[in-house]
Amino acid sequence: MAKYVCKVCGYTHEGTEAPSICPLCKAPASQFELVGGESKNEKPAKKGFDTSSDSYAIIYASIVVVIVAFLLAGVSSLLRPLQDDNIRLDKKKQILSSLNLKGLSDAAATYADVVKQEAIINANGAIVATEGGFDVANDAITPDNLPLYICEVDGEKKYVIPMTGNGLWGGIWGYMAVNNDGNTIYGVYFSHASETPGLGAEIAGDKFQTRFPGKNIIKDGAVALTVTKKVADETCEVNAISGATITCNGVDAMLKNTLEGYKAFLMSAQPAPVNVEQEPAPAEEAQVTEEE
Amino acid sequence: MGLFSKKNVEALQTPLLKENPVTIQVLGICSALAVTSKLAPAIVMGLSVTIIVAMANVIISLIRNTIPMRIRIIIQLVVVAALVTLVSEVLKAFAYDVSVQLSVYVGLIITNCILMGRLEAFAMQNKPWPSFLDGIGNGLGYAMILVLVAIVREIFGSGTLLDFPIIPQCVYDAGYINNGLMLMAPMAFFLIAIIIWVQRAKDKSLQE
Repeated sequence: MAKYVCKVCGYTHEGTEAPSICPLCKAPASQFELVGGESKNEKPAKKGFDTSSDSYAIIYASIVVVIVAFLLAGVSSLLRPLQDDNIRLDKKKQILSSLNLKGLSDAAATYADVVKQEAIINANGAIVATEGGFDVANDAITPDNLPLYICEVDGEKKYVIPMTGNGLWGGIWGYMAVNNDGNTIYGVYFSHASETPGLGAEIAGDKFQTRFPGKNIIKDGAVALTVTKKVADETCEVNAISGATITCNGVDAMLKNTLEGYKAFLMSAQPAPVNVEQEPAPAEEAQVTEEE
Repeated sequence: MGLFSKKNVEALQTPLLKENPVTIQVLGICSALAVTSKLAPAIVMGLSVTIIVAMANVIISLIRNTIPMRIRIIIQLVVVAALVTLVSEVLKAFAYDVSVQLSVYVGLIITNCILMGRLEAFAMQNKPWPSFLDGIGNGLGYAMILVLVAIVREIFGSGTLLDFPIIPQCVYDAGYINNGLMLMAPMAFFLIAIIIWVQRAKDKSLQE
């Protein structure tokens, strides 16, 4: 005997079929749902086990958990190398995106071509290593261990600064490409983990990011780049997104925190003459170190 | 029993309108609010839920006779969570761009009540094939409502559709501004309520 329950009023009918009309609320047979008891097509439960006993439940749960754990662990370690490659490639794409190089067919090759040095600088703005900057993990970034990408686009030197911060719901991050003068923004790239679509998530869109190029980072010896609602100073203030105040404040704080660390380097790069002819990267770098 | 017997086709069709998971069963409302401010994430979410519900339904249906009744919800949850994690890992390895887009939704898919609702109400009592169809039907029914809501919200909230401008510049020049409320979650409530209203007004059998 199966039980049928009316989904409209909860009336329970016992029998082999649902009644044609509910005696309580007059709902049609289609509103009845089979509950509990086995349906007619059902095979009887496997013999030999009492599926309602405690020990069966415990053993069953353990087996399921062990199978799932091994499955996930196996898949994860099997796919790890592929995933790491993808993550590295994606990071390269993001860096290139800040240099306004988007939609590339072979990002890895372009990256190798454009990025000359993956350097590490310290708080005084001196370059302490000319490679290894790419592999500095986010939590390994300290005032004396700052990654910096020295790139060359159309024969001009650009510095790309990575940054991370907090938005409304989760992390936000980005890359900022700075011109040879150590002050003017060439391009930016922002992304986020889980900002609100249509509001905070717009920081990843072109409409917001195209507001940055041409702005100055440093003014009167201090980091002046600001994301704000009311733009008073066009040279170093960027209009925020309305409706996304907390995310934009997060971007603002991220810019300030990160750029503060790179200030010494950017200041030292500032007086460097913009001379496109004598460009070999190492020479330029030596020049930077000398000026300190 | 044929693969597309009347009963099986019904399992696929009724969730689209008559038994729509969002408007009739009122499941999955939270995610319907969260991902419908733009059309693209709504489509992605709809498709992912469809695939995951169908797969979870089949797996649960296959092992339905061995599941101890008292811990069935936990088993269903483990299956769903394992599936979603598995899919996101595979995507991360082979379709990284898609996985980046989906990362926000992974949590939302696991906690989507449609999954648990269908596993409990259908897959626990039915064979794998009807369960698969039921999963596809419910997923598509859910996706349909999501897309409807998202289209309205994106056009009136951002003036675009799939990020292509829809409302011409001259309208803005004439003083029109996008409706900010459309991008907020409450608007999705209003829109879903309107859809429920229209559907019930048209189909007398749904009225209580």
